Amino acid sequence: MLKKIMLFFLGLMLIAIPLIAQENKIIILATTTSVQDTGLLDVLLEKFTTETGYTVKPIAVGTGQAIKLGMNGEADILWVHSPDDEKKFVEEGYGISRTTFMHNDFVLLGPANDPAGVKTAKSITNAFKIISEKAVLFVSRGDQSGTHKKELKIWKIAERTPNKEKYVEVGQGMAATVRIADEKQAYCLADRSSYLSLKKNLSLTILFENDKNLLNLYSLIPVNTQKFSKVNEKGAKILLDFLLSAKTKEIVENFGREKYGQQLFFYDYEVKK
Amino acid sequence: MDFIFDGIKKAIELIFSLDRDILDILRVSLLVSISATAIAVLIGVPSGAIIAIKKFPLKKILISLINTGMGLPPVVIGLVISLFLFRNGPFGFLQWLYTVKGMILAQVIIALPIIIGLTVAAFQSVDKKMYLQIIALGANTSQSIIILLKEIRLSVLAAIIAGFGSIISEVGAVMMVGGNIKSQTRVLTTAIVLETNKGNFDFAIAIGLILLVMSFIVNLTLTYIQQKNRRD
Repeated sequence: MLKKIMLFFLGLMLIAIPLIAQENKIIILATTTSVQDTGLLDVLLEKFTTETGYTVKPIAVGTGQAIKLGMNGEADILWVHSPDDEKKFVEEGYGISRTTFMHNDFVLLGPANDPAGVKTAKSITNAFKIISEKAVLFVSRGDQSGTHKKELKIWKIAERTPNKEKYVEVGQGMAATVRIADEKQAYCLADRSSYLSLKKNLSLTILFENDKNLLNLYSLIPVNTQKFSKVNEKGAKILLDFLLSAKTKEIVENFGREKYGQQLFFYDYEVKK
Repeated sequence: MDFIFDGIKKAIELIFSLDRDILDILRVSLLVSISATAIAVLIGVPSGAIIAIKKFPLKKILISLINTGMGLPPVVIGLVISLFLFRNGPFGFLQWLYTVKGMILAQVIIALPIIIGLTVAAFQSVDKKMYLQIIALGANTSQSIIILLKEIRLSVLAAIIAGFGSIISEVGAVMMVGGNIKSQTRVLTTAIVLETNKGNFDFAIAIGLILLVMSFIVNLTLTYIQQKNRRD
């Protein structure tokens, strides 16, 4: 009896082994949750894999963590959105180059009745000042991600610190953070694409938008192989070329029109014909 | 309230439409949990048997260590395995991080103490005189283990069921070691976390239902084997 069970499991293992073999041509892409949660990454990577035969392992984490992975040579290429950290990363020799290739923008979300009254604010810094003064609940990513860094920068420009008792740092991805803010009926900073992809289940609305400080720039940085010999330089280059091509431009520019009724990301890189 | 009922309705539709994403998740889940259980059983049951019947120094300490291992927090195992499997870590050359192999490794480590611990307890529940009698009749160690296993198969199957249960319900370690990559390392539990965060409750409920059903079928099969051979 027990022998039979053992044989059964042994048989299953033998079936399983070929399934788990075959792991070459792998590129590790450290990226941000916003690119994954909207579904853009899935669309692009599926096309990339069919065209090149490379398998991409996208590790969707906050930009802070993505940069850490790059600094330890644990990723081949980064797709991130925190310009100050990116510049430092390249300057210190961890990255080969930095190409800013697309953008969208951040929006300030809050309860529809806008208890703090930020709708009429003159600028995003002004809106943050009001949030701090009126002591309304504010939910922050709190995870060193690009969005979190942007939020901290706006607090800095506004020369305000958030009201301690009303400031909730959740340490989670964009989607989770927006959902928590929604449950708590709090204010929060989010990128527009994440907001649109979550909108159907949200009661929060956009209370402030369109400000020069709300621009969200996405860049690609291949990790420097001279620092880390194990980095897949060739794979990273092929993925970079693919993401900076006319095909990608077309996919990015059409992405979201059908599902969300508007373009989510704006492609900026000038594709060579 | 509506979103709960809507979610369940859409979930059932999704399951019966054999959605490709769901099938991918199910495939990876079955692969990881069954392989991990099989490996843990093949290592755990024999080592549990040997620990139980052999006399050696520090045996009590070893058994208490194993029993402590039963409660090891999976996220700690996930963290440690990630550190070891990082490219520049000691086992980076294996290239197991963000792969199914890495996930199976993590699951085996989580399930092993449970299977060993419960197997030891099962063997120790046998009357000591019986073991002495088997030895006196001329059986060697492996022969006596096989004879004893027949006596305690019900408890050993319970150990296997417990091991499988801890594997199939685990989320923290597979998330860290596997990276929750679509079609590659996304399993039922990590998919539920992701889809709930994204607010796709219908998808999350669908996967949750599959997880429950799958867990039930596997346990039903094991329990059936266990009870069929019970001498009433």
